[in-house]
Amino acid sequence: MSNDKKTLSPILIIAVLVIAVAAILYFVFLRGDNANTTSGETLKFAMVTDVGGLGDQSFNDSAYEGLKKAEAELGAEIQVIESKAMDQYETNLRSLADQGFDMIWGVGFLMTDAVKNVAEQYPDIHFGLIDAAFTDADGNPLVLPNTMNVLFKEHEGSFLVGVIAALTTKTNVVGFVGGMQFPLIEKFEAGFIAGVRAINPDIKVLSAYTGKFDDPAKGKELALAQFGQNADVIFHASGACGIGVIEAAKEKGLWAIGVDSDQNHLAPENVLTSMMKSVDVGVFTGCKAIYDDAFVPGITTLGLAEAGVGYAPTTSNNVNAEILAKVDELAAKISAGEIVVPEIPAEASAFVLE
Amino acid sequence: MFARLRQRLGPVGYRLSVAGAIIAVYLLLCVLLKGGFASGLTFALNSVLYMLPFITFGAIVVIAVREGYLKSQIGTPLLALTFALIVGVITILWAEKNPFKAYGALLAGSLGSLQGISETLVTATPLILTGLAIAFAFRCGMFNIGAEGQFIMGQMGAAWAGFTFKGLPMILHLPLTLLCGTMGGALWASVPGFLKAKRGVHEVINSIMMNYIALYLTHNLVTGVLMAPGQIPVTPAIADSAKLFRFLTFINPTFRVNLGLVVALLAAWLVYLLLWKTTTGYEIRAVGINPHASRYAGINVSKSIMLAMVISGALAGTSGAVHVMGIQHKFVDVFSFIGYGFDGMAVALLGNNHPAGVVIGALLFGALSAGSSRMQLVAGVPKHIVTIIQAFIVFFVAAELIIKKLIARRETKSEFTEAEKEVAG
Repeated sequence: MSNDKKTLSPILIIAVLVIAVAAILYFVFLRGDNANTTSGETLKFAMVTDVGGLGDQSFNDSAYEGLKKAEAELGAEIQVIESKAMDQYETNLRSLADQGFDMIWGVGFLMTDAVKNVAEQYPDIHFGLIDAAFTDADGNPLVLPNTMNVLFKEHEGSFLVGVIAALTTKTNVVGFVGGMQFPLIEKFEAGFIAGVRAINPDIKVLSAYTGKFDDPAKGKELALAQFGQNADVIFHASGACGIGVIEAAKEKGLWAIGVDSDQNHLAPENVLTSMMKSVDVGVFTGCKAIYDDAFVPGITTLGLAEAGVGYAPTTSNNVNAEILAKVDELAAKISAGEIVVPEIPAEASAFVLE
Repeated sequence: MFARLRQRLGPVGYRLSVAGAIIAVYLLLCVLLKGGFASGLTFALNSVLYMLPFITFGAIVVIAVREGYLKSQIGTPLLALTFALIVGVITILWAEKNPFKAYGALLAGSLGSLQGISETLVTATPLILTGLAIAFAFRCGMFNIGAEGQFIMGQMGAAWAGFTFKGLPMILHLPLTLLCGTMGGALWASVPGFLKAKRGVHEVINSIMMNYIALYLTHNLVTGVLMAPGQIPVTPAIADSAKLFRFLTFINPTFRVNLGLVVALLAAWLVYLLLWKTTTGYEIRAVGINPHASRYAGINVSKSIMLAMVISGALAGTSGAVHVMGIQHKFVDVFSFIGYGFDGMAVALLGNNHPAGVVIGALLFGALSAGSSRMQLVAGVPKHIVTIIQAFIVFFVAAELIIKKLIARRETKSEFTEAEKEVAG
């Protein structure tokens, strides 16, 4: 035994040496990096994603597009932190605030409390929050002087794709597949129903909710069920479940309508159009306001008039000019305030276009 | 087959050829990863350079265990961690980032500052409790995969009690809120527990299904009757009298570490006492080792199973309650599973289903999780790298045999069997 120990000791010494060298190397690397981050007068923008993270083909990615636009056009430095769990939102926002960013974005309503807490602690830094407004303890609206809340009129964009669906359907049955059922997603449903009814109140709208945002199989199942009930166009607002909805449309040779970003590339022959929710426009608008020194706290609502929502540019591939002319006409009326699109499905089912 | 090969090649030749085979496979993998021979070769060389400190550390651990300086129960998870870090090096390099910088940031973010330590403890707190939950059920021979659902029910129970019984003094409200969370978890686990004990229905299937029921039941509640005014699916905030005290706020008001940690450590101690110092605990462990022999010895097997499952659920429920009372202060709709229950399985496995091991495992996972943000910020490494490292830790702990082979000295067979006996007993 003791013999063995003697022969082993040189190995141990070498090991310790190697680790020491590695430690020195690492400190050199890290030191060099820290020196870099503190320099420069350029604006620094950052965002924290929710647990969905980058690559969700939805609002996290879209927000990042806005940030990249700010990098390209405003010459800003940008940084993204993806949250691993819900309880990290606050920590992530705070570590960005400690790094002295000029504006920090929280993407998604799940981050409402986190953004509120951190914004209160760092009054000198600007914050942006996508998809939610603040309320105080009693539920009254609250505005923080250093935070911009960006909301979207999803119902207006959904109205337009509803119009397209109504003018495309041959069976006079269309479908809606939502993710989890709560007021934000119901705005999509309400707008869609209203849009369909604006063209023909006799068209039947089937509605269903998957109960989740991350299950394509469930989306496909519901879409196939709706196609089975004679629907020939289905609009989804269900995150990644929508991939299944689009797949079902492809299988049946019928139409699906995408959401959030242009989803035409998923099935060019079967995605009729997409309801665009331009989170990037919101993020870029906020960053631009900092750049121009024209920051406005509180709620900014982006609807059709502000190009915050709309139909996808590839729509003309599958929809003829006649229909698009009708859609644009109605869009102009909504922008001008002549048509008020309902936000609640119950109101939408009674919607009549004067 | 291997034995015959070893005989033919001799001990040195056999080891050399094994090493050669590993290197060849690794080179092939690198070439495939990089899609070119030259770039694959440079990648392989580069990665081995970065791996060197970890390999040496691993070697030291192996030697220390072989020489008897380190217990194999500690050496095994340490080696698993080392292997996982080595795999992490390859992944980070593949993402064209600097592994040392990434690991440095991971360390600095989790333990390098008081803020980091606070966040490590914050993440570790629910993991200690869910880890204990899994370990407790496992000691009775059951896989409580329902810890995730019990965690959610615990959250809901605590959030409900927290905002409903406003106006109670803290001395009543705080324990009541905690109890409601604990009961929520216990109730949820009692269903698969009952079915297992009385009808022999497999607890894995049942508890998984109970996870989904918890997910959608709470979703329904939080978007319906329990929803706070506004557009967002959350409950109203719990009253101040139900919030767990954040005891480091006197240093910095942003430190979120709270009395939940004390609750978790207390629970670990109680679990230890219950399992190893009481008759009930003895019975539970006996059932876990061999239910048939236990029945023969006069132990009420179905009672033990039921009890183990309920206590396991209570621990998971407490975890959810503590998370609501210490960190979130309300129930936030969980669109899909948060993962504390599932990570608890990894923690229990890592901790060898022993309370002390669970605490250490939870701290490790907490540190990895807390450091991941800084790793993104400083080294630009995506958060998924941390998930990969966690997964490989679990993988290597589960693949204990590989590590035991490494540790065991072929010459001294008696030591190996001793170590085996220790693990089994």
